[in-house]
Amino acid sequence: MGLKILTEHINVPGIETLEVYRKHGGYKSVEKAIKTMSPEEVVEEVKTSGLRGRGGAGFPTGMKWSFLAKPEGVPRYLVCNADESEPGTFKDRWFMEKNPHALIEGMITSSYALGANTSYIYIRGELLFVLRILEKAIAEAYAAGLLGKNILGSGYDLDLHVAPGGGAYICGEETALLESLEGKRGNPRNKPPFPAVKGLFQSPTVVNNVETIASVPWIVNNTGAEYAKIGIGRSTGTKLISASGNINNPGVYEIELGVPVEEFIYSDQYCGGIWKGKQLKAVVPGGSSVPILPANLILKTATGEDRLMSYESLSDGGFVSGSMLGSGAFIVFDEDQCIVRNTWNYARFYHHESCGQCSPCREGTGWMEKVLHRIEYGHGHQQDIDLLVSVSKQIEGNTICPLGDAAAWPVASAIRHFRHEFEWHINNPKEATAPGAVYRGQLDAVTA
Amino acid sequence: MAKVTIDGIEIEVEDGTTILQAARKIGGKVVPPAMCYYGPLKGSGGKCRVCLVKVTQGSAKDTRPMPKLVASCITQVQDGMVVENTTNEEVLNARKGIVEMLLINHPLDCPICDQAGECNLQDLSYEHGVSAQRYEEDRRTFNKVDLGPYIQLHMTRCILCYRCVYTADQITAKRVHGVLGRGDAAEIGTYIENVIDNDFSGNVIDVCPVGALTDKTWRFKNRVWFTKPMDAHRDCPTCSGKVTLWTRGEEVLRVTARKDQYNEVEEFICNTCRFDKKEVSDWTIEGPRHIDSSSVISANHYELPVINVPIVPNLPTSTKKNLPQE
Repeated sequence: MGLKILTEHINVPGIETLEVYRKHGGYKSVEKAIKTMSPEEVVEEVKTSGLRGRGGAGFPTGMKWSFLAKPEGVPRYLVCNADESEPGTFKDRWFMEKNPHALIEGMITSSYALGANTSYIYIRGELLFVLRILEKAIAEAYAAGLLGKNILGSGYDLDLHVAPGGGAYICGEETALLESLEGKRGNPRNKPPFPAVKGLFQSPTVVNNVETIASVPWIVNNTGAEYAKIGIGRSTGTKLISASGNINNPGVYEIELGVPVEEFIYSDQYCGGIWKGKQLKAVVPGGSSVPILPANLILKTATGEDRLMSYESLSDGGFVSGSMLGSGAFIVFDEDQCIVRNTWNYARFYHHESCGQCSPCREGTGWMEKVLHRIEYGHGHQQDIDLLVSVSKQIEGNTICPLGDAAAWPVASAIRHFRHEFEWHINNPKEATAPGAVYRGQLDAVTA
Repeated sequence: MAKVTIDGIEIEVEDGTTILQAARKIGGKVVPPAMCYYGPLKGSGGKCRVCLVKVTQGSAKDTRPMPKLVASCITQVQDGMVVENTTNEEVLNARKGIVEMLLINHPLDCPICDQAGECNLQDLSYEHGVSAQRYEEDRRTFNKVDLGPYIQLHMTRCILCYRCVYTADQITAKRVHGVLGRGDAAEIGTYIENVIDNDFSGNVIDVCPVGALTDKTWRFKNRVWFTKPMDAHRDCPTCSGKVTLWTRGEEVLRVTARKDQYNEVEEFICNTCRFDKKEVSDWTIEGPRHIDSSSVISANHYELPVINVPIVPNLPTSTKKNLPQE
């Protein structure tokens, strides 16, 4: 196994308590940052590290931090986005549950860097048990003087709160999250103004994913330059991957970015190959909202190079023959899985989770779901495939927040790569709706 | 001041003006349609997406185009910005797509809808819609709800523009209605069947772009194009008292606020003026009101009778095109 940054001590018994966590080097970064570094120096280290947002978009964290507006007399906030609800993603929940102090340490160090005196962890409503774990850990940190007034005698104050959401996927979108945190209906805001200028309570705010924040202590302890050495190219560091689907060893893996996808699927230290030795059919490499890729395209890029687990390599070829690393939810489909049914399932999710604020997403997600339902249950028409492509294009890019795109991409990509399967469903409704029936014909050739 | 070019026409506007406002200063065909944006209401806009335009040059300093289409009602102009609205095929196609989305769950019951003839959605689909329809599933339906003695809510027609919510928030003290549910199950409601009861509640009818909120004192009394709009005023203790009367013969069938060519009210009026003063003797008549919005009622024949007025004057060319086929 490669280098572990986030999960080095995760299986130590009792790591969720402050005592054991400190014994394993916990909260060293807080001491180092607060006592020996200025906030700007911490931001600079994070910039050097090349750390990119782990929530899905992959935006450079250091740059995001440096965009934070710093007007006089206005409080700044750091908000941790723990509203992990993307289908297939479960890394943050697992991480917080196992090692809550690692997140809190990251929150303190990052808040110090940003000059925030109040920070929030916005956690998904369904994860109430994790909320209790976090609150217990926060209480320990307060008691040890790591949170509250005058942290470690440095004069820096920080209050950390955990706020549960109501269980809406849309509240993982950063501006909807802020609305929800303010106690309003979780509708995404129009941008600009961006949260870095007017975020929580109209003050400058940074919203970061759990994994991003938890990576900061290592960067502070070992310098950003060390972090930048890990990984490949502009994808620096390690990433938690939630592997699920038809694989022998589903679970969360910490990988050094740049591991070949083939190795990740078939090596015994990761997924351990396809379940029951079946054939690989398709992979969704970054959570349900990224484009699905057929077996040939996930292992090799369109130009014949090995595909690696990195931001650049997975998006190689654009949306024609590539996908995205996204939130790192690696969902594997074997030969017995029906792509039409799966696409319908995703469309149903986005239909249910659309906030209903802007018209293309509100109406379009429902429309796509209904058409896919029709195809899956043997009532589709030949023109439905083009209709789906057209509707997904009408949504894509025309909405307030990225949920519209997230709903459109899986449908568009499934049709792009598995058109024959959709056609087979429409042309053979009887066979296609029989229990366990799966299209076994030729998969589409790659048109790059 | 900032210089912007919209569809090749240059105009200088104050800093902080939105693209839509700048286009309205130019007027005419370059003005993007707006279903949710409403000038007098703070914070409205950005939701319906029909006002999307292409910014081909961000500003004089940063000449890159904006990557996506932007909502013109909430995007502020920059000096040297170049905007394309009707001259850009991508914009027109996106707009067609969005009109189609707005219509898939709309009942299209214009023949029995009180808003017909002065409906923003009707205008929008005449100008930017497609003639064919591709949606074959069941449409979303709701029961009609009475919000007190004056207002009826028919959610089936609603396009969730949030205008009535902003109106209630900003011009009345206590808002009792809002958006419940999410996605395409979202609805305007007064959790649960509350009555909207305050002096200015009637204004939600004026701001509604479709026939979702209707005046119960006017429902089914007449078609709007048979009535004659007259500017009138009265000495009202609660509001300005400046209204438009919609009359037929000697009868005042309905009272609304005065609306400009973009259907935005000039001044909000109170419920007494709107619902209770239905006699000509209550009002000082100023003269016929010129209707500028592009609806059927804008033929304005009561002003100057003209023979053979086209029912929908000057259809833009985009009406004749369909969405590109894949």
